[in-house]
Amino acid sequence: MNPVTVEVVYRGIYQKSLAQRIGRGIVLAARKEGKVGVSFGRYGDSPERNGIPAKQFAIVADDELELQITMARYEPTIVDITIAVDDTLCKGVESWAWYGTQPINKLLHADGLLLVTSIHSPDTLLQWVHRQPYEYDIAIVKGPASLSGLWVYKDDHTDVRVLGTLSRVAPQLFGMNALEQAILQEWNDNLKVVSAKKAFDRAVTRRVRSEEGNPAPVQDYEKPKYWEMQEGIVVKAIPVGKGFRGEDEGGFQPERNPYFKKYSTRTMRPVVDFDTCVKCTLCWLQCPDSCFDVTPEHLYDANMEACCGCGVCEAVCPVEKCVTMVNETAFIDNTSQYEMWKQDPQAYKGWVQEKISQEKPVEHRSHGFRYRGQYQEEIAAMQKEEEA
Amino acid sequence: MKADTLLIPQETEALISGCEAIAQACRLADVDVITGYPIRPYDTVMQAIAKLISNGDFDAEYIIAESEHSQFEIVKHASAVGARVFVGSSGVGWFYAMEALAVTAGLRMPVVAIVGNRALDDPGAFGVEHNDAMAVRDLGWMLTWVDTAQEALDTALMAWRLAEDRRVLLPIAIGMDGSYLTHSQVLVKVPSQEMVEQFLPPYNRGELQLHPDNPITIAPQVNEDWLIEIRKQSDDAMRRAKTIIPDVYADYHRIFGRGDSPFFEEYMMEDAEVALLGQGTIAMPIKVAIRKLRAEGQKVGLIRLKWLRPFPTAELQAALSNVKAVGVIDRDYSFGSPFHSGVLATELRSALYSLDKRPPVVGFIAGLGGREVTAENVIEMSNITTQVAASGKSDTETHWIGVRG
Repeated sequence: MNPVTVEVVYRGIYQKSLAQRIGRGIVLAARKEGKVGVSFGRYGDSPERNGIPAKQFAIVADDELELQITMARYEPTIVDITIAVDDTLCKGVESWAWYGTQPINKLLHADGLLLVTSIHSPDTLLQWVHRQPYEYDIAIVKGPASLSGLWVYKDDHTDVRVLGTLSRVAPQLFGMNALEQAILQEWNDNLKVVSAKKAFDRAVTRRVRSEEGNPAPVQDYEKPKYWEMQEGIVVKAIPVGKGFRGEDEGGFQPERNPYFKKYSTRTMRPVVDFDTCVKCTLCWLQCPDSCFDVTPEHLYDANMEACCGCGVCEAVCPVEKCVTMVNETAFIDNTSQYEMWKQDPQAYKGWVQEKISQEKPVEHRSHGFRYRGQYQEEIAAMQKEEEA
Repeated sequence: MKADTLLIPQETEALISGCEAIAQACRLADVDVITGYPIRPYDTVMQAIAKLISNGDFDAEYIIAESEHSQFEIVKHASAVGARVFVGSSGVGWFYAMEALAVTAGLRMPVVAIVGNRALDDPGAFGVEHNDAMAVRDLGWMLTWVDTAQEALDTALMAWRLAEDRRVLLPIAIGMDGSYLTHSQVLVKVPSQEMVEQFLPPYNRGELQLHPDNPITIAPQVNEDWLIEIRKQSDDAMRRAKTIIPDVYADYHRIFGRGDSPFFEEYMMEDAEVALLGQGTIAMPIKVAIRKLRAEGQKVGLIRLKWLRPFPTAELQAALSNVKAVGVIDRDYSFGSPFHSGVLATELRSALYSLDKRPPVVGFIAGLGGREVTAENVIEMSNITTQVAASGKSDTETHWIGVRG
């Protein structure tokens, strides 16, 4: 056979260990069937940053000669299987500031396989996954995204559930027997074998037709020639902004890198209730990405192309439920909330209610994002310290 | 099972990166003192060693220094008192240790280091270039490059034996391409402790060991009456190392079945009319390209250089005397050098100069900053070299491959 190339697209830091485990698991299981392989992370992704899309690769071949074709590479140019371990990555991934947002299935070839961990159906995911001119298969590993910290791995068996699904839908990599041996060798855990087998039993694929998927055009980019680049490693700064929507006066909107949208980093986004906003400016001041556009009436509109979903705005907002972080899968596009509100304030109120009522309240998010009221707590603690 | 079969040394297979393979070599060589200071891509070896120690699989003095300078000074001193040592760095970290690197070679300390090859700042970049390790090529460091995680493990074990040999006593730096080798996990055969003990004797500095029972002074200040003689001693040691390397490889091959070609690997060179020469992981796309070119009837071969210091001059002269042209692929640069070549091309031209019938050398610079060198890039370089071979004239142009523009 030809080498089989698998990419695991994951959230930087939060899913690094998960992606590495999947990569190793693929090579170790294939080894049990006498194949050889290599597992490596995309070197340029490191040092990883919270939530930034990153990639791990596993390549399996029949022998060393065949494997050599794929070696000493940063990133394969074409893959047989793309695994997205967080379904919000289906909206596109953007690892580098000069590529713009690129489709999750960019490297996937015709008849390839897109495997996603998600609680949603393929139909829902295909609203976001960019359209391709060819057919391929999609498979779902049912469940929420498994997000951990850098030092703590949440062993919820997502790793072996992905591997178990692969052994069913991509048997050219390895079968269940080989996987079982590999799991016992690597993790010595019978429960993990049970999880892998359950995933194997439940795995189904669905054909994605060429007319399905998000028809939005993909951002284009071109890197400059060496003599076009400024000497002395000098890069021109982006100019400061203008008024709201580029007007000469009224509000403020910073100028942004047209290729670096940042939104593919987001697993949740702020929903802003403009009717309860007290214009305290805290969200605008504290946002680490300057994603808030200041409207002429001094409201703060989180620009969804620039927001990376960190949750600081929710943490600092002093008004109850004025800013609420909502899972990114609840949204189809990056429409301006301010413009929705301007157009029909009543309908917008209903929209906000609908979105924030979906969100289960969490005291501490598992993967490092901030939480509502954190800022007040920190200020109180600092005051106490000062008094002492 | 018969008693003697129990004594057959065994190897186990592990899925590990080049840096993890080096950590395994440290464990197997029972290294006494290791110092670390983090810089990518070398630092993966720090993590791997820390893990081995904390899991109780390995016992060593593991010191995290406050800079690369101290990191390399500490192992130098530990080596003087008779400790087997391991150290490493990358890119500008290696440069920060430069004073310590120079004195380590001058003092004839058998320090074994890895250089996870990385582009020098600025701009900050993590990808491979060989200029970092090459900065010590004139100082008395032995310099070798490996192309797989397996070869990294094997070469490290040979490095301690070679460096600590009483006839040599020179430090060795093992160049490992950042990312491709340091960070990719592949299947590696890890020897048993028994096998390694058959191969690697304990480090014994003899009368040069700094010890209360052996009162000596190391490195007093000297004037012009002394230094050139001391330099000549280092020159002799490097010349002796050249003669000992084949013995070390032969013995390694006897026990482990690997490491049969000491100075360079020859790939499809038997009938080659055009040779490509490079070092490190660049050999992989070169081999893939050569198989494609051979399928089209082109007689192209590869020499993957392993040892840059000592440079295998006579061996390369013999291997290249019958080819019609040599294309040298440098993953390094030497701005303003003869023909604006990379280091390898300049060195090879020099090595071939004394031949009566010498092939023209074509210089290429490729893959800087970790840029992938693809099989297509190699075919382009091979075609240029083939044209030079056909013309029979030397080519003084240095070709930059894969540069936008």
